[in-house]
Amino acid sequence: MRDVAVVGFAQRQMPEFDGSPTCVELLVPLFAECYEQTGWTRHDVGFWCSGSSDYLAGRSFSFVSAVDAIGVIPPVNESHVEMDLAWAMYEAWIKIQTGEVDTALVYAFGKSSAGVLRRTLALQLDPYLMTPIWPDTVSLAGLQARAGIDAGLWDERAMAEVAQRSLTDAEKNDYAVRKGGSSVDALLARPMYADPLRKHDCAPVTDGAAAIVLAAGDKARAVREQPAWLTGIAHHVDPLSMGTRDLTRAPSARRSAAALDVTGVEVAELHAPFSHQELVLRRELGLADDVSVNPSGGALVSNPMFSAGGIRVGEAARRIWSGEASKALAHATSGPALQQNLVCTLASTPEGTN
Amino acid sequence: MPRTLSAPVTVAFDYTRSTGPVIGRFLTGLRDGVVVGARTSEGRVVIPPPEYDPVTHQPTTDFVEVSSSGSVTSWVWVPEPVAGQPFDRPFAWALVTLDGADVPFLHALDVSSADEVSTGMRVQVRWAAERAGAITDIACFEPADDGAGAIVPFPGDDVVSGVVTPVELDYVYAASPEESAFYRGLAEGRLLGQRCPTCHKVYIPPRSACPTDGSPTTDEVELPETGTVTTFCIVNVPFLGQKITPPYVSAYVLLDGADIAFLHLILDIPAEEVHMGLRVKAVWKPREEWGTTIENISHFAPTGEPDADYDTYKNQL
Repeated sequence: MRDVAVVGFAQRQMPEFDGSPTCVELLVPLFAECYEQTGWTRHDVGFWCSGSSDYLAGRSFSFVSAVDAIGVIPPVNESHVEMDLAWAMYEAWIKIQTGEVDTALVYAFGKSSAGVLRRTLALQLDPYLMTPIWPDTVSLAGLQARAGIDAGLWDERAMAEVAQRSLTDAEKNDYAVRKGGSSVDALLARPMYADPLRKHDCAPVTDGAAAIVLAAGDKARAVREQPAWLTGIAHHVDPLSMGTRDLTRAPSARRSAAALDVTGVEVAELHAPFSHQELVLRRELGLADDVSVNPSGGALVSNPMFSAGGIRVGEAARRIWSGEASKALAHATSGPALQQNLVCTLASTPEGTN
Repeated sequence: MPRTLSAPVTVAFDYTRSTGPVIGRFLTGLRDGVVVGARTSEGRVVIPPPEYDPVTHQPTTDFVEVSSSGSVTSWVWVPEPVAGQPFDRPFAWALVTLDGADVPFLHALDVSSADEVSTGMRVQVRWAAERAGAITDIACFEPADDGAGAIVPFPGDDVVSGVVTPVELDYVYAASPEESAFYRGLAEGRLLGQRCPTCHKVYIPPRSACPTDGSPTTDEVELPETGTVTTFCIVNVPFLGQKITPPYVSAYVLLDGADIAFLHLILDIPAEEVHMGLRVKAVWKPREEWGTTIENISHFAPTGEPDADYDTYKNQL
């Protein structure tokens, strides 16, 4: 396997982006930041891959318009996934592993506020038996939260503790769209929304975009003194039907983590758009109690569709670059109630540290 | 004034899907007022029946009729329903394990407050009065009573083989800041493009970045209303929403001074006489009809000038 590292990361997150759903205006400055971080120009990028969805944009071929932000003369080596940035990164990682390219810039964008997000996401469900009755994302997460409460695996207080920690950590994150901790009791005193979920248990609707730069071997060392080496990456998927899996578990997350060496992880950035999902993930990923979880505030304070998972990778990488951590874990999710999960480890050496 | 212009957009499409033998069997059952599950290789009765066995991956063949009454295994309150859901007032979604089944099944539960629902409560299917072989043949679940799941007989001896699912999504669609400047210019009868600071190409409508080199386009350029037809097609086929009677011409018009052509109509000339290199001029609607739209220009019409030399537009084809 080739040694591949995250060497660049840029993000924009906001409650409502007052521009086009192709987000070209957001991507241009993001790419500029990546060029500045790496010292590269667009000609140094061997492969491009984006993540987005036309259902979110409300127009066809929005990812083709977004390519304007790259500049494509001479032509570029480019691909797209209808998935989160983390999966675009996975494709780029594979591309680098093939030896065809040494560098990649992956990006993702989404203007969630253009439509009714929790409704639009019903289009990712079974089109025969679920989409026709439009189960919304918040409700599906609520069914999962109640299943765990009824099973005694967590309670409303444990969920509020996750929210309280996230809101407090978010105060240090310029990009968080919701921030400001109070107390667990104050959160529990707030009214129910989608019983058993309060609003702070649900990620805010967020617009945004993000970009990640990958480089292999010496190309990575040339960019940063301390690249964040991708020492492992795996993703799996669970059945779509809400009835055939135990909603309190995420077997696909467990299986992904089992494919990696997660011992010695100091920081974990988990893509948990609902508070109880962090509790599910902690268990499935086998994280030790002393692991710092979501120091960025996580998806609970800012969850731009199609980039929030990749942002977890970028936030984890930043902590390797700075020397704050020598081993980190990042997780991304997709689908209803943690159906699909990607997990990767990042470390200060290509061999990883334990 | 907001930075960008926006307008409501509705995207709608009826998805027509064939069901295959397994989902078809399930939907046929719903139409007839029976819930049909399938027994998997592990011996579990699953609803809706999976098309393939999750362990052996063999096609599902062992169908089982189950009760239309069961128990709630999880539920959530829906304070703000979205369009298309079974109710337009607050309701609950419930995962319900029907008697005779081993796994729960998702549908709406008709209760008027969260206080009326609890895990473990007994519920029954409320059948839709008219059933067509779709998941919506189950109107919802309702708290169980003694006359459990009364079925309105529905005649049908054919097997359901397809479903039509209308999907309609509403958006507020925003133009980019550059496109917004273009549309605001049109409202004043002006054609505003932008020049790339790197390669100096002029784009109209303007884009947020030059597609050639990725540079943000910043310099505004006002263009004349005259141009050249670079390429075109004669529209002979009628379609839904068509405003002009065929045949008519849709053409790429390269405005003088622009480096990219844009699509518009060529009228006031017989369709068969339109050709590459034809010089054309914008024909504007009456000023009182103008808005922030490209429709302010009704169409382009020939100027009567000699044709443009091929070399002047060969790079824009």
